[in-house]
Amino acid sequence: MLKHPRDPAALPRLLLTLLAVALLWPGIQLAELDLGVLLAADSQSEMGRFVAAFWPPQHDREFLDLLLAATLQTLAIATAGMALALLVAVPAALLASRALSLSAASRGGRPGAFGQALRWPVRGLLIFLRSVPEIVWALLFVRAVGLGPTAGVLAIAITYAGMLGKVYAEIFESVDQRPMHALLQGGSGRLAAFVYGILPNAASELVSYTVYRWECAIRASVVMGFVGAGGLGQQIDLSLRMFAGGEVASMLLTFLLLVLLADGLSRLLRGRLA
Amino acid sequence: MSLRLTGAHLQHGNGVHALRGVDLAIAAGERVAIIGPSGAGKSSLLGLLASALQPSAGAVELLGADPWRLKARARQRLRTRIGLIHQAPPLPPRQRVVTAVLAGKLGQWSLGRSLLNLLYPSDIAGAREVLARLDLADKLFAQCQQLSGGQLQRVGIARVLYQAPELLLADEPVSAMDPVLADHTLSVLCRHAETHGATLVASLHAVELALAHFPRIVGVRDGQIAFDRPASEVNQALLDTLYANEQLVSPPLPTVTLNLQIPRC
Amino acid sequence: MSRLVNLALVAAIVLAVIASFAYLGLDLGALFGAGSLAHMGEYVVRFLQPDLSAGHLAAIGRGALETLAMSALGTLLAAALGLLLALPAAGRFGLLAQSVTRLLLNGLRAIPELVWAALMVLAAGLGPNAGTLALALHTAGVLGRLFAEALENTPKAPAEAIRLQGGSQLAAFCYGTLPNLFPQLLAYSLYRWENNIRMASVLGFVGAGGLGQMLYVSLSLFQEAQASTVILAMLVLVFAVDALSGWTRQRWVRA
Repeated sequence: MLKHPRDPAALPRLLLTLLAVALLWPGIQLAELDLGVLLAADSQSEMGRFVAAFWPPQHDREFLDLLLAATLQTLAIATAGMALALLVAVPAALLASRALSLSAASRGGRPGAFGQALRWPVRGLLIFLRSVPEIVWALLFVRAVGLGPTAGVLAIAITYAGMLGKVYAEIFESVDQRPMHALLQGGSGRLAAFVYGILPNAASELVSYTVYRWECAIRASVVMGFVGAGGLGQQIDLSLRMFAGGEVASMLLTFLLLVLLADGLSRLLRGRLA
Repeated sequence: MSLRLTGAHLQHGNGVHALRGVDLAIAAGERVAIIGPSGAGKSSLLGLLASALQPSAGAVELLGADPWRLKARARQRLRTRIGLIHQAPPLPPRQRVVTAVLAGKLGQWSLGRSLLNLLYPSDIAGAREVLARLDLADKLFAQCQQLSGGQLQRVGIARVLYQAPELLLADEPVSAMDPVLADHTLSVLCRHAETHGATLVASLHAVELALAHFPRIVGVRDGQIAFDRPASEVNQALLDTLYANEQLVSPPLPTVTLNLQIPRC
Repeated sequence: MSRLVNLALVAAIVLAVIASFAYLGLDLGALFGAGSLAHMGEYVVRFLQPDLSAGHLAAIGRGALETLAMSALGTLLAAALGLLLALPAAGRFGLLAQSVTRLLLNGLRAIPELVWAALMVLAAGLGPNAGTLALALHTAGVLGRLFAEALENTPKAPAEAIRLQGGSQLAAFCYGTLPNLFPQLLAYSLYRWENNIRMASVLGFVGAGGLGQMLYVSLSLFQEAQASTVILAMLVLVFAVDALSGWTRQRWVRA
């Protein structure tokens, strides 16, 4: 008669738990975690006083004008940045995408060695552009071209060129390739084959993703403002430094409203155009 | 009386009358099979008996208590003594068989033991013994998603056997098994009920299985009890009336009459 | 009619783009003109010789570990808080609790991590604690909403079966709902960890420790060689976390 079997999952679970505990302790030390600060929001603490200053939110005429100007600037940074990003992303995507590969057309979708080798640098560049966080680009541009919205526009342009380029290339590859291959094998030029073969199918997904990224760009613009790249973010940073709780509260509310509006507009555009 | 239904009506949310004026009394330790055409109300009847569904009219008495007059906590305690084998086993795909079976006693274990059981199964021997009765001992540590339909049903049965309730209810417990396996599994179920003195009520599609294993047969049709007889008294005529116009029965083939033309010379 | 509307929309978008450039007064000519490009080119060249001395690399190593700890702990705390908030947000405790929790979750995730970090620096002082808390709060909002959706889409039959045999609500959740839910929760948490490692690098800009703080300081002191090493370290960290997360996903989140 067999002894009753032991649970085979017991040992891996034990090891995993020990590993987790072994990593947790130094992790907490490194992160200097102290949840108490969140709970010590009594009037004595810095945080408590600051939160108390949030009410009432600043709403005098002069300030609201400033707020409006900053919001418009943020919107402008996001839109201009996206426009520049598209200028780079579209050609890069066309270059990087395997969808436009002549060799792939006759090999069932896989480009020849030469074709792959040519595309790798472009893909690599796109990945590099999007891997560095946009705020790092913003910081660099602020040092290079000075404080203000220019740095923000350039930072968005570069990062989003990478993001849009890579995703566009992937979208081109994800739609049915056969119309494209058929046109290429029929002797059509690459660009013409692309416009007739891939673009009709890919258009709605492209538009949808672009509008979604524009919405993200608005949020990114606000965040970049913290390092001096203009817009709402720069104003929030200034008010935080001056401990002007009322102003910060108004600006946060404006930001929430802006995000809501952008979300609504994005949904509308995606519904209509995609 | 182990369970008693008096004039029970059941109306589903969408207005469908599942049961109409059902009277049923089953003594402790009895073994009863419920048969009938699809859509007759067998599952609804078992749901009523398991206290999963509340009757829209009439009275339900389970193990001497009306579950719907009890407070929630008392009702939960009553439910630990009732076990329902579901037609589609409610087992999460990624759960292991051993945990699924041991979950049968969740109503009887303390909270601490229930949670600790998730980390390390607290009664592997017990689970193994129950699964061995159903020839599934080798699947003790397999995941539920790795089992076939028939194996999954047996795990569902194993869970209720492990629970060892006083009232065992089974909703089509062998529907996914081949005839030989179904027969064997029903024997196991009946043997368990006899050994533990539990009441067993099972709904079955296969009439032969019902007649072979259960001494009392209840026929249900259109939400009402058509007959309630000992198995020896159930004859073909009763069954024909019960299953008349059943959709699953194939329509009689139209007889083709050949008109022979015998040529006259 | 709808074609006309679509055309009008496209025209409006083009107008908006032109207006943006005009409003910002961006002089693209001056920006991309020869002098300006040369100036930027000089700036970039200073980055091309990263400082790889042992002392600096040690400091970067510590910064990287700090950033990693920030992102991992922040995501872990967020998952715990998110799961806790997901239960009322999915309607398990009634309509009022659902509305209040959803409002709270929306508020938490609408405010970007960097803004949270700036607020937390005020509350908790400079250092990685502020960063961890900021990530935890923002990600809790994101994960809470994702978890609530996953919870609503989980089949209810297993949990109901446990209730029917006398089990408590907690037992029904742990044995019936959680096994189905867990892979989804893990997938979402890993996805947010990949995002948080990028954000954690950056939160240092407002004083929340890690590689970000090192980058900000070295850029402010015009030490481009040191800064470029930090950027390289950030890239390596992102790559490593993406790989680890991918492996975990393969192992534990098989469909």
